[in-house]
Amino acid sequence: MNSTLIIIAIILVLGAFLWFLYNSIVVAKMRVSEAFSQIDVQLKRRADLIPNLVETVKGYAKHEKELFEKVTEARASLVSAKGPEAKAEANNQLSQTLKSIFAVAEAYPDLKASQNFMELQQEVSDTEDKIAYSRQFYNSNVLDYNTKLKVFPNVIFAKILNFQDAEFFGATDEEKKPVKVSF
Amino acid sequence: MNIYSAISSNKYKTWAIMLLFVLIITTIVYVFSKALGFSLGFVGIALVLAGLTSIGSYFYCDKIVLATSGAKEISKSDNPELFRTVENLCIGDGLPLPRIYIINDTSPNAFATGRDPKHAIVCVTTGILVILDKSELEGVIAHELSHVKNFDIRLMGIVAVLVGFIAIAANLFMNQLWWGGGRNRDNDSNAQGIFLLIGIVLAILSPIAATLIQLAVSRKREFLADASGALLTRYPEGLASALEKLAKDPHTLRSASNATAHLFIVNPFKGKETKQWFTSLFDTHPPIEERIKILRSM
Repeated sequence: MNSTLIIIAIILVLGAFLWFLYNSIVVAKMRVSEAFSQIDVQLKRRADLIPNLVETVKGYAKHEKELFEKVTEARASLVSAKGPEAKAEANNQLSQTLKSIFAVAEAYPDLKASQNFMELQQEVSDTEDKIAYSRQFYNSNVLDYNTKLKVFPNVIFAKILNFQDAEFFGATDEEKKPVKVSF
Repeated sequence: MNIYSAISSNKYKTWAIMLLFVLIITTIVYVFSKALGFSLGFVGIALVLAGLTSIGSYFYCDKIVLATSGAKEISKSDNPELFRTVENLCIGDGLPLPRIYIINDTSPNAFATGRDPKHAIVCVTTGILVILDKSELEGVIAHELSHVKNFDIRLMGIVAVLVGFIAIAANLFMNQLWWGGGRNRDNDSNAQGIFLLIGIVLAILSPIAATLIQLAVSRKREFLADASGALLTRYPEGLASALEKLAKDPHTLRSASNATAHLFIVNPFKGKETKQWFTSLFDTHPPIEERIKILRSM
């Protein structure tokens, strides 16, 4: 009689613990996907700016065809990319090509002075900031979630229930490079 | 103290202070009505009024604080740069975008208020926008958003309103005591004399008690907000050099009062000679040099 009571109590406590654990992992996972949708919003905003930018630059610099193709291509691959890893990669590609557009613009004073172009340039750099911040928020959520899966005793249940680690949204190639100082 | 324990301790302290406020007011009114020979019905009225004030301050503290500091709400087109800075940092912190207010004053300062992150307000002076560059402004805004995230804004806003109320009430009763206290002296004058004495003591003590509450609630949270703000921008130097500039600036913020001083990122009364011994005794902010030193060592 007494021992059955104890067993029931143990089962109840264990069940409550598992319930709590499962919910906390699910909440962390939801936070990760919510944070990722934030990045997505910014990436989409960035992709939406590109055609506008290309049109504006085209008006002043018609013969930079190759560059426009590259940018359009990079944009298309960003739009079609799936998953954090691929999106981060495509986003970096786009950043590189955008840099060359702004470099080209240096050679066209009329373009550089145009109100439309200046506004677009500001929008693009603002979106880049926003992507950086949403990436930071996403990565800190991923860190929380992954830690939750790795600590004991969570790690056992996470394995049984088949929770997977979330991917970090990669750092840009530039951030991975060591800082070079030259005199 | 990490951010999660800070949030729950803030919520709990908010309730404690609201209750404490009702208790203090009721006690004070009880002592005063005994001392001045009013009927005890006043105590009941005081209890109800204090309760209503307490609950009202929960919902309206942000509006009261903004009204007393003369802040105006701005929209994105008024200052796109400031808006973008706030937007970016909110994205980084996972917060909804607060409303943004500006105080027209050359003294550089900033504060945040509201009752939770969904009803938050970030307010800066025009002076701070002039003297800070982008990364410094980011540091300051990140500091304010940390107050929002930690629920400091709820506690600090309520303290501002309730402390302001106690200060006004104490002033009123002091006047009453000086000029209108001599009506029914003849009956039971001995007991009245004792209550009068306690009344005077309370009248002196209440502003000090109120100041002590302010002090207790605000020093540690400045350090915490500095630290989590630096974590958000990943650039402690931004906030450090912003604080340096704010400390050097000699202007006093005209619209700040004793009740709202603890809301601001740096003490708005710096350099006010007349009150120096008092302000240093009840300083609501840790010394700026110390904050800068900690930020620089991160």
